[in-house]
Amino acid sequence: MLGYIVQRILAAIPVMGFVALFVFLLLRLSPGDPAAIIAGDAATPAQLAAIRERLGLTDPIHIQFFNWISDLMRGDFGVSIISGQPVITMITGRLEPTISLALTTITLSIVIAVPLGVIAAWKQGTIIDRLVMAISVIGFSVPIFVIGYVMIQIFSMQLGWFPVQGFRSITEGVGPFAERIFLPTISLTLLYIALIARITRTSMLEILNEDYVRTAYAKGLTETRVLMRHALRNCAVPIVTVIGIGFALIISGVVVTESVFNLPGIGRLTVDAVLARDYPVIQAVILLASLVYVVVNLLIDIAYVFLDPRIRYQ
Amino acid sequence: MSTQVAPTGGSPSRIAQLREIVFSSPVVAFASLMLLLIVLAAIFAPWVTPYDPTRLSPGTRLRPPSDAHWLGTDAFGRDLFSRVVYGARISLVVGVGAAVAAVLLGLAVGLIAGFFRTLDAILMRIVDGLMAIPNILLAIAIVALSGASLWTVLVAITIPEVPRVVRLVRSVVLSAREEPYVEAAMAAGSSTWRILTRHLLPNTIAPLIVQGTYICASAILIEAILSFLGAGISPETPTWGNIMAEGRIYFQINPGIIFWPGLVLSVTILSINLVGDAVRDALDPRMAKRGIDR
Repeated sequence: MLGYIVQRILAAIPVMGFVALFVFLLLRLSPGDPAAIIAGDAATPAQLAAIRERLGLTDPIHIQFFNWISDLMRGDFGVSIISGQPVITMITGRLEPTISLALTTITLSIVIAVPLGVIAAWKQGTIIDRLVMAISVIGFSVPIFVIGYVMIQIFSMQLGWFPVQGFRSITEGVGPFAERIFLPTISLTLLYIALIARITRTSMLEILNEDYVRTAYAKGLTETRVLMRHALRNCAVPIVTVIGIGFALIISGVVVTESVFNLPGIGRLTVDAVLARDYPVIQAVILLASLVYVVVNLLIDIAYVFLDPRIRYQ
Repeated sequence: MSTQVAPTGGSPSRIAQLREIVFSSPVVAFASLMLLLIVLAAIFAPWVTPYDPTRLSPGTRLRPPSDAHWLGTDAFGRDLFSRVVYGARISLVVGVGAAVAAVLLGLAVGLIAGFFRTLDAILMRIVDGLMAIPNILLAIAIVALSGASLWTVLVAITIPEVPRVVRLVRSVVLSAREEPYVEAAMAAGSSTWRILTRHLLPNTIAPLIVQGTYICASAILIEAILSFLGAGISPETPTWGNIMAEGRIYFQINPGIIFWPGLVLSVTILSINLVGDAVRDALDPRMAKRGIDR
């Protein structure tokens, strides 16, 4: 078991190494002078030279890479070209809306989607099943920003139930926080409900055909007990895997949702950085987002040990 | 793996199969009809549209739908209907372009990774790394660096899609290479190229057609998101995402500027996904269970 965990951790390291290399090369290999990209269009030759000096662009490329990595290891993500602030401070200042949105979305999706998937599989072929599958296809197809604006139009502007846009910290009270995070969460949740409900249904259908499920029914166990104890527990691994893979979608979805609802989180920071070509910020956000994704999936790999006892004996 | 998908060209059985897929259910038939309409509208845009999509008309700004302007006008008095129709051109080019490019690239890399085991370890670490970067972040970073043009947007959307194709092709190759006919071909001294193209490649075609439709839908969505965020094709070009991005400021005055392109975008993606599901079910019902899914 320990061997398995160590092996998963070791496997995550080259992945992050590649992400770092890729993010590094993205700036170096893109057409044009990195210093010119960083300095913007209005830079003088003297400014360009200063930037080259500061970034160590005159060093050989592998030295540049290792210097950059060792800075990252010490938590030094560089300085924003636009604001002059350390990138890491800018990011930590924007964490609350993003983390709030991600957590509410994941929680709500699981709470809604897993029962939906179980019911759809249980009532396979009925109108309920078709309805769940229809919701799932629609959830995959209607873009988050379309759902977002339709909801702003209906619930904020016509019915006036929610503030139109913006964010309040939870420290200013749960009420103002909740009424502003509600619509963004709903917009983003549809996609994850679709994703999780679909995999829950597929894995349940497979498990419900197993011999031990038939045995459980034959023993006279109640429907609920068979579904929950015998079937659903065995779907834990695929469901949890999809939640992990879906985390990349959450990160991408947050970028869009924050723009629609004007939430001052990491997503808005990213979009603003892209529009301003604030390259150190873009680099840091991509690296950290990928790190979060890799760590979440690593934790999920480790969770398998508890979800599926067979892995413990490997 | 089903044998009916061997590349036989436009034989009558192919057409029959296509007809069977389209009419497999009323929903799929409707989705196919919608797609056909959107494709025709995009191709014949100059004849379908009543106005030039870029023609400014300061006298008729932000008008609601009327007989003259079916979907109303935007902040510059441009006809929304004409702009949405022209937007279909960009979306379809990006969708089809990215799907074809991602499938071809992924096919090449996946065949190599599945067949040459020494390269596999390295290639799969690269694929894992690329998959760890959220696709929209990766795409906007590429566009931000290389400048916004149709070409860079296409590249930026294709790259994040390639790893999934690689994994798919690799898994098909890994199981197919154990088959007796591949071993027989190796034993008979067939060249590597021949084994790859004649024996392994045909196995990948059915799952790739399905995956291609999903990539097409996903690419159209990401193009719209990039434009919407201001990191896509230049704002003067009418794309669905650009129209919606411009509509954000005037959302309270004329919500139609966001609503109509959003509706057409959603219908397009939904139709492609529904047709993709139908193709998947027709080609091989087991595919859904083997992870060939969105």
